[in-house]
Amino acid sequence: MPELSPLRELVMARIRSFLREPEALFWTFVFPILMAVGLGVAFREKPADRAAVGVQRGTAAERYLPALRAAAELKVSVLDDSAAARALRKGDVAVLLAGRDTLVYRYDPARDESRAARLLADAAVQRAAGGARPVATADDRERVPGGRYIDWVIPGLIGLNLLSTGMWGIGFGLVQMRTKKQLKRLVSTPMRKRDFLLAQMVARIAFLGLEVPPIVIFAWLAFGVKPQGSLLAFAGLVVLGAVTFAGLGLLCASRARTIEGVSGILNVVMLPMFVLSGVFFSASRYPAAIQPFVRALPLTALNDAFRAVYNDGLPFTSYWPQVVILLAWMVVSFVAALKLFRWQ
Amino acid sequence: MSTQQTSPPPDPSPAIRCRGLHKRFGQTVAVKSLDLEVRRGECFGLLGPNGAGKTTTIEILEGLTPRDGGEVEILGMRWESDASRIRTHLGVQLQESEFTDRSTVEEVIRLFRSFYPRGWTVDELIGFVQLDEKRATQVRNLSGGQRQRLSVACALAGAPDILFLDEPTTGLDPQSRRQLWDVCERFRERGGTILLTTHFMDEAEALSDRVAILDHGEIIAQGTPAELIRGLGGAHVIAFTASAEVSEEALRAVPGASRVATHDGQTHVTVDDLAPALPALLAAVQAAGGRLTALSTHQATLEDVFLHLTGRELRDA
Repeated sequence: MPELSPLRELVMARIRSFLREPEALFWTFVFPILMAVGLGVAFREKPADRAAVGVQRGTAAERYLPALRAAAELKVSVLDDSAAARALRKGDVAVLLAGRDTLVYRYDPARDESRAARLLADAAVQRAAGGARPVATADDRERVPGGRYIDWVIPGLIGLNLLSTGMWGIGFGLVQMRTKKQLKRLVSTPMRKRDFLLAQMVARIAFLGLEVPPIVIFAWLAFGVKPQGSLLAFAGLVVLGAVTFAGLGLLCASRARTIEGVSGILNVVMLPMFVLSGVFFSASRYPAAIQPFVRALPLTALNDAFRAVYNDGLPFTSYWPQVVILLAWMVVSFVAALKLFRWQ
Repeated sequence: MSTQQTSPPPDPSPAIRCRGLHKRFGQTVAVKSLDLEVRRGECFGLLGPNGAGKTTTIEILEGLTPRDGGEVEILGMRWESDASRIRTHLGVQLQESEFTDRSTVEEVIRLFRSFYPRGWTVDELIGFVQLDEKRATQVRNLSGGQRQRLSVACALAGAPDILFLDEPTTGLDPQSRRQLWDVCERFRERGGTILLTTHFMDEAEALSDRVAILDHGEIIAQGTPAELIRGLGGAHVIAFTASAEVSEEALRAVPGASRVATHDGQTHVTVDDLAPALPALLAAVQAAGGRLTALSTHQATLEDVFLHLTGRELRDA
């Protein structure tokens, strides 16, 4: 008989038990797509109380700053060249005012919010000029890729999905094996414990192939959300995020004896991230005082890194701090889980 | 089967030896200074009611539950220093352990086989427990007996020297019990050692060379089933109820009577030989002015031994 590899057999056992559970498949793979549909439809316009207007530093637009600042319906920020382009792409500003001599409005005409902001800004500029001699303006209606809400929310949804499938999948699965005494049965054999835990990770990474591409492709076809940056870097982040959350799931499941127990722990750990980590709206909306905490959460780090690659096409140099945060979470949760893990 | 039973070096050390085993859970003492020795190649039965400490004892011996005191030696090795080596020589079947519902018989056995450096092939294991027709069936669609045989197949995956079975036939129908006993017999024929816990007297009698009767964490009797039954002093038990009370003295006067006990209104008299005893017993009932309302006789069993030792019946102990 050919030698059987325990790691391979354990991985296959995990994958099979998952694939043969139709409900689990639904929640993992179909749910995020339904969520994307719902949000994509619901948030075609992003509600904004004040129109965010950007003024590019060192351009003709600076002349109109007092007028713009005087307008109560505008929120004005002055930005450097690179920051201005990025803010426009990310949707942090709805319209960007620039131009060498003539005032130029740069915005994405596909966004209602941007069209409104352009009108409001223009009204403020013209009002300040007194109406006698209208200020000459031009429009730069170049479409900015990756600027809509749906563009912004898709990476967040992928992050959220990795969090829930990773933590529920690993956490629930392990506690179920513990309550059914499957873990105890396994440790009564010469099986190496690290093979078992490694198999959970490998199986988790294998699922990613089924989990992430559908939502990426769906968002592309249905909403035209295109990844701007390197797909390889994106894939690397997906794996890093998945393994980090698997480690957290392992930690949450390391002592729990019942399904109810682990559900409680998972909820306590995951809920703050659902709310704080910038899945549905930007994490920068939270007060500065709690920003360090918000930024240190693994889902915030993952979402920020995702968006840097997916929406902005930025290189590694711009999101390495997030990668470091994720690595730290991963190492700490694995080490702690291995120390605490209860096999019986 | 192609692979042999592992033959450990000709070593006088018993398969299992423990001395002064002690375990408590909070205030409850589960196992009290328990000594046990299981020889290589024998089937040893730990018999006792639920809660007697059988599972705690067997799980300590399996290295799954830490003990509070005492010494354990498995095949001459100790858990403290040789855990991983011991594991390759043991086959463990746990009470109430379940397998992944959606795995097939063959997949489960493959998984367990992969953990052992040597042992039988997956096909051999499936054949040994007679699950050939079910090899592609998922666990959730197996009957209780089939699941239990699957569990034993997994325990046998590494061709163990010692097979631990914890209440292997609880909840099984008579035919499934027989099939499982048959698997045990065939493992024994190959030279394997079995340590079995059960609360079924007939199971202990049918499978075990020797048994230890466990009650409240202590061994209260130990020996071959025949020895223990002989210890009762008689080979037959007469159980009766009568309309009037018959004095114990009168019953002791019955020829060959060695033991008299009343339980739940029924009187048990253990006798050597039924032929002279029955007429004398009927006469004693009549002399007491009563009539028999029920009478039965059976060959003495371990059940009677337990009743004799504890004053309780096994099933309601």
